[in-house]
Amino acid sequence: MNGTDITEARSLWAEAWRRLKRKRLAMVCLGVVSFYVTLGVLDFIPVWHTVGTGEAAVRERGTLVDWIFRRAVGEVDKTESYAAPLEGRHLVGADIQGKDVLYKMIKGISTAIIIGGLTAAIYIPLGLLFGIVAGYFGGVVDDAIVYVYSTLACIPGILLLIALMSVMGKGIVQLCIAMGVTSWVGLCRLIRGETLKLRETDYVTAAQAVGASWPRVVFRHILPNLFHIVIISFTLGFSGIIMSEAVLSYIGIGVEPTTISWGTMISEAKMELSRDPSVWWQLTGAAGALFLLVLAFNVLGDALRDALDPRLKTQ
Amino acid sequence: MTAYIVRRVLYTIPLVLGVCFFTFVLFDMVFSPRELAIQELGKHADEQQIADLMRSRGWDKGLFYNAEAGGLKSLTDTRFVNHMSKLLLFRFGRTAKTHEPIGRKIREGMVPSLTLTVPIFVLGLIIGICLSLMVAYFQATYLDLGAVVVCVAFMSISILVYILAGQWLLAQHLRLFPIYGYAGGIHAGRFLILPIAIAVIKGLGGDVRFYRTVLLEEVGRDYVRTARAKGLGERLILFKHVLKNAMIPVLTRTVLAIPFLFMGSLLLENFFGIPGLGNMTIEAVANGDTRVMAAMVYLGALLFAFGNLMTDISYTLVDPRVRLR
Repeated sequence: MNGTDITEARSLWAEAWRRLKRKRLAMVCLGVVSFYVTLGVLDFIPVWHTVGTGEAAVRERGTLVDWIFRRAVGEVDKTESYAAPLEGRHLVGADIQGKDVLYKMIKGISTAIIIGGLTAAIYIPLGLLFGIVAGYFGGVVDDAIVYVYSTLACIPGILLLIALMSVMGKGIVQLCIAMGVTSWVGLCRLIRGETLKLRETDYVTAAQAVGASWPRVVFRHILPNLFHIVIISFTLGFSGIIMSEAVLSYIGIGVEPTTISWGTMISEAKMELSRDPSVWWQLTGAAGALFLLVLAFNVLGDALRDALDPRLKTQ
Repeated sequence: MTAYIVRRVLYTIPLVLGVCFFTFVLFDMVFSPRELAIQELGKHADEQQIADLMRSRGWDKGLFYNAEAGGLKSLTDTRFVNHMSKLLLFRFGRTAKTHEPIGRKIREGMVPSLTLTVPIFVLGLIIGICLSLMVAYFQATYLDLGAVVVCVAFMSISILVYILAGQWLLAQHLRLFPIYGYAGGIHAGRFLILPIAIAVIKGLGGDVRFYRTVLLEEVGRDYVRTARAKGLGERLILFKHVLKNAMIPVLTRTVLAIPFLFMGSLLLENFFGIPGLGNMTIEAVANGDTRVMAAMVYLGALLFAFGNLMTDISYTLVDPRVRLR
């Protein structure tokens, strides 16, 4: 082989992106996720707007989504309780209070983003920290960490969530803490296993031989080689987090009933379905929004796993 | 083998103790005993009632140290030791609201739970494997691709939607099944068909995809190529050679699931009014009954540990290459 044959070196990430780009379905799913994220971000932009008319008008702080819906659909009107889709001004119908279902669906996105993001912000650092410490240092520390997560793993996931939530009470933050506690175990296992392998590689041995301190070895040589696992576990775990929110909110130990989330929408829908004629649009709207996002994350997660680390497929 | 089993059982002891301690931290240390007593008696209880209840339950003792008892008893007659010993000996006490013995409730609830979960498990396994064999037979065709897409789509639908839509369409709209309720004996069937059907369909997506991955992994092996070279038919290879070998990973997943059949299904039982353990757990959540929750967490952990052991042993039974030492 002569020198001209050497192709340009590509980093793992560039190579993964190249592989991912070839999969049309994965790119469509990436588009869907970006669309959701954009809508969700709109709901974080604060806007001042006027509520009510004439004398009763009050300036109120809401989000861009609130503002858009107030301009496009108008005020919430109690007389429009259970307005059917496409009849009148509600595209996907209205709920018992006359609230627009499409508005609630979009509000559900920002709740989902908060829950997914906050849970990830809790369980990823936990899993990384304990996984690396256990894998790199071994010995008693390793035994202790493995013992703690094996104990937690013994408890069936849904029971652990129920136990934690009934102690902490309802709320988004509590929910995220509970799901963080149940989620870090899986990531920690993967990280520990990979760190054990990386610790024995030649480049880590070489770094240690030239006298690199352990923080340098960990942050410079081990951590960057673990990020792909974090990304895969986050993408594949996100759907589970969002679906758990729905189930827990239905049981009554998820978010507060006043928080608009797909879970609270679905649990409201239980009563609506048994009305005559059935009010099906809130269930369809929330379930549809949830389904599309979860589907996109599932397909994208599989594609990312194949692109970044095909070995993980068997796990 | 015996030595391995003994060692594994010994290894689960610290784990089970850990789970017990976890329930102690969660349910005894986070709530103060006063709060528990007020919750049980209601808001209008007077001081005397609260004090009496706390004494009768042993909640007035120290968490780890009981100064009043004196001697060795100051270490053994504490809430920690009481909690741990009661759980470990399966003496779960009584429920908060109705004062029924929890142990009896669990034994009674197991029967309806099992009548629900066992058919789901068996049907799901048979249908799942049949479908995945079909998909594997048509591998790398559009049928295969379509099946994978459908599987992922099935996996992406929330269990709540399956239940709500199934209940609405089949029970309320078409009136094929009763919406809610349960009866003992042979009459249970009428009430159970719908939840069983919903759960089987819900599980198919993930199962078929998993079985397909396993089957296709086997199809790529050398012995399959040899069998083809000998001139064996594709169908014979798939059903006789591949299926047998693919059963090993399928078995481990299946054996691990068996103990959990006893726990019932939270949502299905709640939606359809089946008086099993899942329903009991949800009631406990609604009543804030920490004893029932602690008992269920403990039982769940025991069943998980047992399932893990069974999985390892079943490995050696089906795969002679695996030796446990």
